[in-house]
Amino acid sequence: MMTKSTEAGLLHRRDLDALKWLGGTLAMLGLWLVLYRQLVPFSQWVVSLLPMERNTHLGDAIAFFVYDTPKVLLLLTLVVFAMGVVRSFFSPEKTRALLAGRVEGIGNVLAAGLGTLTPFCSCSAVPLFIGFVSAGVPLGITFSFLIAAPMVNEVALGLLFALVGWKVAVTYLALGLSVAILGGYVIGRLKLESWLEPWVRDIRAGYAELPDQNLALVDRIKAGIEAVKDIVGRVWIWILVGIAAGALIHGYVPADLMARVMGADTWWSVPAAVLLGIPMYTNAVGIIPIVEALIAKGAGLGTTLAFMMSVIALSLPEMIILRKVLSMKLILVFVGVVGTGILVVGYIFNALFH
Amino acid sequence: MKDVKILGPGCKRCQATADMVKAEAEKLGVEVAISKVTDYAAIAHYGIASTPGIVIDGKVVHAGGLPKQEAVAGWLKA
Repeated sequence: MMTKSTEAGLLHRRDLDALKWLGGTLAMLGLWLVLYRQLVPFSQWVVSLLPMERNTHLGDAIAFFVYDTPKVLLLLTLVVFAMGVVRSFFSPEKTRALLAGRVEGIGNVLAAGLGTLTPFCSCSAVPLFIGFVSAGVPLGITFSFLIAAPMVNEVALGLLFALVGWKVAVTYLALGLSVAILGGYVIGRLKLESWLEPWVRDIRAGYAELPDQNLALVDRIKAGIEAVKDIVGRVWIWILVGIAAGALIHGYVPADLMARVMGADTWWSVPAAVLLGIPMYTNAVGIIPIVEALIAKGAGLGTTLAFMMSVIALSLPEMIILRKVLSMKLILVFVGVVGTGILVVGYIFNALFH
Repeated sequence: MKDVKILGPGCKRCQATADMVKAEAEKLGVEVAISKVTDYAAIAHYGIASTPGIVIDGKVVHAGGLPKQEAVAGWLKA
């Protein structure tokens, strides 16, 4: 009897706890909405305090910065929180178990989809790669995962949706996944297993049986909050730099020059954007304000998004990390296949959104 | 004496995980020998795909991200 009543008491307390967390989350969402509604009046008020004309270059740039900074930070917080909750349902180990031994084709589709949802930090890229390949995930399917993970970054996608519009975001999602699926499929067809570094090929590991963590809703909310602390804490500086660059473009770059250099009619602008993007490295999120400003100035959408994909998916630092497990030849194939995919996406976007 | 291995290439989180296990063991009065496994091949042999991972007495108990403090206490007491 005694134990039963304490058990009931414990359960009751846990329910109360869950209610408190749920209520707190709802209250925060309400507060978020109120703040978001105040953005335009707030930025207008701040700009009106500045001792300069609104329609000068500098005034324009500063208005962009003052409006975009709180907006992007607010949106980012919401998107990261939501994704933190969603991602608590996934882990690299679970994903690997789902992908091991899959046939190509359907396996590539699955890998690209899971790549956007599975949480892993970039310092984990090498253990993840070895962990996948050594447990019997085919090379091409592993690549589909590795291409999709940074390129169809859900945070970048959420911001694209909010700042540029849903049509662009949905098309980006579809084409980004296509590049990951087809790129991985092509690499798989080429049968390049022998181009892995020899010691990687020789590892034949099984997978560890991890205790299954049955998370309660409260734990998932906490995971969302952790994600906000971790990701927003890490990328805010990239975002400020990105918005500042966007503000300069917004205020100073003449629209006709932009249309000439990055316009949809300039055929060479897409390959140029891809090449320019490779040595650049920034966080996926930091580049969105730049994308926003470029598009507003009349740059071709395909050209702009090709630049964005190239910066994110073909980054030099990541290739240097992957060099530990891939031969130089395999890295070049990777760059070639993904780069071609991005080119195609760029041209399609330019043709679609004209 | 528990043998604790922290698996990871030496990123910030791996260090944080090691510090956490050490502090928790001291708090609980559990004797531990902590070592780090940084070699990629060795990490892969434990069968994990995300780091940091924790192996206690040869058994993988955690993979990916910082563990929760209560969970660490649970593993050390077991």
